Amino acid sequence: MRFTFKGGIHPPGFKKLTNTKAIIRAGVPKQVVVPLSQHIGAVCEPVVSVGEAVKIGTLIGRSDKFISAYVHSSVSGKVIKIESRAHPVLGACNSIVIESGQSQDAAYVNNHNCDIDMLSQEEIINSISQAGIVGLGGACFPTHVKLSPPKNKTIDTFILNCAECEPYLSCDHRVMLEHPEAVVKGAFGMMKALGVKNGIIAIEDNKPDAIKVMRSNAANFKIAVLKTKYPQGAEKQIINAVLGRIVPSGALPMDVGCVVQNVQTAFAVYEAVYLKKPLTERVITIAGPCVKNAVNIRVKIGTLVSDLMDSLGGFIREPKKVIFGGPMMGIAQYTLDVPVIKGTSGIIFLSEKETGNEQESACIRCGKCVDACPVKLLPTTLMHLVKKDRFSEAKDLGLANCYECGSCAYECPAKIPLLDYMKFGKAKI
Amino acid sequence: MDTPFVVSIAPHVKSESSTRKIMRSVIFSLLPAGAAGIYIFGIKSLYIIILSIFTALFTEWIILTIRKQQASVLDASAVLTGLLLAYNLPPAAPLWLPVAGSFFAIAIGKQVFGGMGQNIFNPALVGRAFLMVSWPVYMTTWQNPKWNIDAVSSATPLAIIKAKEAAAVFDVSYLDLIIGNRPGCIGEVCIIALLAGAVYLLFKRYISYHAPLSYIAAVGFLSWVFNGKTGLFCGDALFFVLSGGLILGAFFMATDYVTSPLSSKGKVMFGLGCGILTFVIRKFSGYPEGVSYSILIMNAFTPILDRYTRPRWFGCPSAPKKAGR
Repeated sequence: MRFTFKGGIHPPGFKKLTNTKAIIRAGVPKQVVVPLSQHIGAVCEPVVSVGEAVKIGTLIGRSDKFISAYVHSSVSGKVIKIESRAHPVLGACNSIVIESGQSQDAAYVNNHNCDIDMLSQEEIINSISQAGIVGLGGACFPTHVKLSPPKNKTIDTFILNCAECEPYLSCDHRVMLEHPEAVVKGAFGMMKALGVKNGIIAIEDNKPDAIKVMRSNAANFKIAVLKTKYPQGAEKQIINAVLGRIVPSGALPMDVGCVVQNVQTAFAVYEAVYLKKPLTERVITIAGPCVKNAVNIRVKIGTLVSDLMDSLGGFIREPKKVIFGGPMMGIAQYTLDVPVIKGTSGIIFLSEKETGNEQESACIRCGKCVDACPVKLLPTTLMHLVKKDRFSEAKDLGLANCYECGSCAYECPAKIPLLDYMKFGKAKI
Repeated sequence: MDTPFVVSIAPHVKSESSTRKIMRSVIFSLLPAGAAGIYIFGIKSLYIIILSIFTALFTEWIILTIRKQQASVLDASAVLTGLLLAYNLPPAAPLWLPVAGSFFAIAIGKQVFGGMGQNIFNPALVGRAFLMVSWPVYMTTWQNPKWNIDAVSSATPLAIIKAKEAAAVFDVSYLDLIIGNRPGCIGEVCIIALLAGAVYLLFKRYISYHAPLSYIAAVGFLSWVFNGKTGLFCGDALFFVLSGGLILGAFFMATDYVTSPLSSKGKVMFGLGCGILTFVIRKFSGYPEGVSYSILIMNAFTPILDRYTRPRWFGCPSAPKKAGR
């Protein structure tokens, strides 16, 4: 049986560009730019000063606020600047610029003999917090916070989100294939931190090899095969598909007893808990029609896109749009001098051809947006209301429930930028 | 800020579909029925179709120019309106009739409401209703199909039933109804060709089955219950479904995006309403056929159906408040 949800769309996947290629490792960049905010929550304060020597994994930014995540150096070298730099999500952010040194030493000691059964829930969560782990699917919510639900919430199910429903992206897919044990151990660590017995690994059926690998490696987990459909990887949709539970409006997955975590988050948790290694690198997909070599690549956090692309042989076509994340929900960049951050799942380069600025025409009420909306909103009606500044009526029709998956705008035959209107309306209510 | 890149809000990829493609597909799906009509009733039907389309395009272009709007003539929706109007005309109509009807359809049915996407009523049916009240004789003068040696005008099967003309020869078989061997409008007679087009549109997901099926089911059911010669529950449902303009109306006009409800539930109610009204008009009014008026009346109910059939959003604790258009 394959699980699914109502609504959604079927954009072409373009996964074949990268999903059969082994993950490669990027070289050490000559410098990294590590933003002090790569997460939802309080911005970190720098704990190093200009001129100070750092190693891989040295803590360079921290905050005492509960909702925040530590930031570590990803290279060994010297802090040369602390200044505001371009940021892929925030536009600009205070960042620590580190110049790489000759030798690359780690500030942590690999501890291969860690026995998770000896660790308490608090110790696991503490390790995760110390490692600065955030949701690596893209949402960047601090993982230790997600694993510490309030006492009055009972969590009964842990879901490992392996949907990877965005077109082009295959980094999670490759991590599952190449590091299944680490992913399963990381997921198990999070279940232990939550005190949950019921673990589900949910994978879309366009990754049969990953399903097979997970089946043979994750004996303690149930494997849920999902129909390939966007946005299957959205938390509320994956919970609905796998468990049939509906997360109420304005509530969180923990309100229906679930915690959902991404594949690479699980991998990072494995490294943090079992190896005591902080989060300093991640696997991202680089693809798109402009890219010479589409790859899945392990990149040091803070590596600038410009440096990364130089090392990959550059472009075959002039890129017209640079997207951090997938093409459905990713963020278009204004410069190549932005760093890869913790939440970066991929970088997609689109050419002039794919950046078609089609003329918006009148809504013909075809209802394709209504069928596509996974939240069952009426995007066309909301668009009309927002256009007329009737925001309170839009609110009454549930506009606030839109989580901006973009399915409506993808489907619209009149090429109306429906998501622009949704976002504008949400900002006004 | 100077940047070589395009910066915009997601999604950065869009589907291949476009308004123009949808309109072209609907026109394509209607071609078999038109070809059948021309074959059955002769070349004059082709002239009617061409004049109707040409007038629709010309009227749209003139009015858009006056309104200083971008000429969206090429989005093919005017062609579709002209085509549908022609399909709703008798093949014996004088050649100025499609010109008058098509002008009215575009000018009054569509553009005065604000053009594309804004009209309340199906423009082609507005044109037909206008012709029906203005020149009822021309609109009800029929021509026999080519297979009939008797080329003089006769009445449609529904009209014969209505007039209870015992004398009139009434020997249409189901096969005749399906291939189009009966008097009727140009595009409505050949059921098999219409169904081929409908299946294509359903397959391409350009129309949903909700409104057509509920419409046809309602007409079939009510005719079976009340239209029997010997009492209740013995009417010839299939005859009433295949006669008149029901198949053309149900699949190609009750599914018009602009003038029918958004939600599936709304579409079903829209179809049921059309079906009940069609039955009532056929049975109790002075007209033998009621498909076009039924759809026009239900068009007026579309906003209220939309309002009361809003889907409950995902995770909504109670029924959403009523608001908006």
